[in-house]
Amino acid sequence: MSENSENMKPYPQLNHLECKGCERCIPACPKSVLFMSEHINERGYRYVEYKGEGCTGCGNCYYTCPETLAIAVHIPIKEK
Amino acid sequence: MAEKIIGKPAAIYDEFSRKGGAAPTATHYCPGCGHGIIHKLIGEAMDDLGIQDRSVMISPVGCAVFAYYYFDCGNLQVAHGRAPAVGTGMSRAQDNAVVISYQGDGDLASIGLNETMQAANRGEKMAVFFVNNTVFGMTGGQMAPTTLIGEKTVTCPDGRDPRFAGYPLHMCEILDNLKAPVFIERVSISDISHIRKARKAIRRALEVQRDGKGYAFVEVLSTCPTNLKQNAQQSTDFVNNMMEKEFPLQNFRDRFDEAEPLWRDESDFSKSAIDKLYSLEDNASPEAVPDKDFRIALVKIAGFGGQGVLSMGLTLARAGCRDQRYTSWYPSYGPEQRGGTSNCSVVISGESIGSPVVYESDVLIALNQPSLEKFAGDVKKGGVILYDATISGVEVPKNVRSIAVPAMQIAKDAGSVKAANTVMLGVMMELGDTGLPEKVFREAIEDTFASKPKLIPMNLTILEAAAKWARENIK
Repeated sequence: MSENSENMKPYPQLNHLECKGCERCIPACPKSVLFMSEHINERGYRYVEYKGEGCTGCGNCYYTCPETLAIAVHIPIKEK
Repeated sequence: MAEKIIGKPAAIYDEFSRKGGAAPTATHYCPGCGHGIIHKLIGEAMDDLGIQDRSVMISPVGCAVFAYYYFDCGNLQVAHGRAPAVGTGMSRAQDNAVVISYQGDGDLASIGLNETMQAANRGEKMAVFFVNNTVFGMTGGQMAPTTLIGEKTVTCPDGRDPRFAGYPLHMCEILDNLKAPVFIERVSISDISHIRKARKAIRRALEVQRDGKGYAFVEVLSTCPTNLKQNAQQSTDFVNNMMEKEFPLQNFRDRFDEAEPLWRDESDFSKSAIDKLYSLEDNASPEAVPDKDFRIALVKIAGFGGQGVLSMGLTLARAGCRDQRYTSWYPSYGPEQRGGTSNCSVVISGESIGSPVVYESDVLIALNQPSLEKFAGDVKKGGVILYDATISGVEVPKNVRSIAVPAMQIAKDAGSVKAANTVMLGVMMELGDTGLPEKVFREAIEDTFASKPKLIPMNLTILEAAAKWARENIK
């Protein structure tokens, strides 16, 4: 994540603990950069992961996610 | 480095301390549930419109019963279907409040249907977010008013059959028949393109509230993967392919631009305003004066409709007012204007009256036999019963003075058979059990017949004739 922000690229901040594994965000992502983990989180859900690149910062994953704290999308603002 | 974050709105708590438990940062909703999505859209609009501090979220009965866990604003949780009523109260008590009624289809379209329509018809200032997922979620997936034809639920396992259960209710279309609503739209949160449109509609409904313009209704077609036994994709497809056919997405009206802000005049409940409204500014209704030494008088007057039972009570109450006593008059009658039985309770007191209902009376006036039979047992020891002398064969309790008054006869002799009630008043005046001076009885008669002045002399004559009878016949 820090890598992305240094590169000034948008990225999804995925809070694995809050993910309930409903998978709504996966088809919502226009770049198909989200996928389901093979692992489960502390609460027993499979969770969503980011491929590490390709996010355009559209925010679709945040808006389609039913949890309030599972996803936040960070979009760098280019300084003029 | 500067960055923009699309994430949890400030109007939603960082941690849900009201929820508590092992996962106080997770919602209580199932995976894939539409409620969380809608909550986030509402929260975001509250942030962006700057209305968080004015907002009052009403949690319904249904899965969203705990909406108050999440929204950092004013919160109310209400009985099933009653959000519009409570919202009305909130909106009227706090004119500047942004009232948000959040209800599911079971709550709004079933038990709350009437209140929903009445509130919409009054154009109450509230944004209603109607979450339609075709099923009662919280209680385990029963058929709802919005369940599709053929859709299976636990209470229609073969699918909804309109021969038994009618057809899905179209709330937007129903409300669109009403004049008052400012904004009505049906949206969906099935997938991201629909969510973007829903976001705009939710924002619009809250803009209507921000500016105090009136009623806004947004129906949101939503998902219930758990009860409908679907995964995320299936739930999206169900909303898009099945629900949308039955519930077409559209804006039904948007009168935001034309609608003027609705500000109601402040209600004036001051005594002077009420006196003015009811023309009570004259001598007939002086202020009551506290008097601890005045013995409270509980009077029950009963008879059949048309005997002047209620008007006699009013005249007695007027006498109490004239004497500057705290006075109440409380009628009880059947649906008939005439012919049924009726009674009223009059309380005359030296201090403010808690209840106007008289269960045990000091004085009972019974103008017919059934009334005497019914109420004689409720007279206190040492109390008085005045009953018309034509009544016979009723046993009255011991320790009570019972007096047969030839009320109808005296009234008839004085010129009006209708005035038996005035005779009873005259006897009461003479007996003095109410603690009121004679003067106020006469004044009260004048007040009662103020609109028919011709009747005043006759009734005063009857009053005096009754008092005379009492002096001569009651020991």
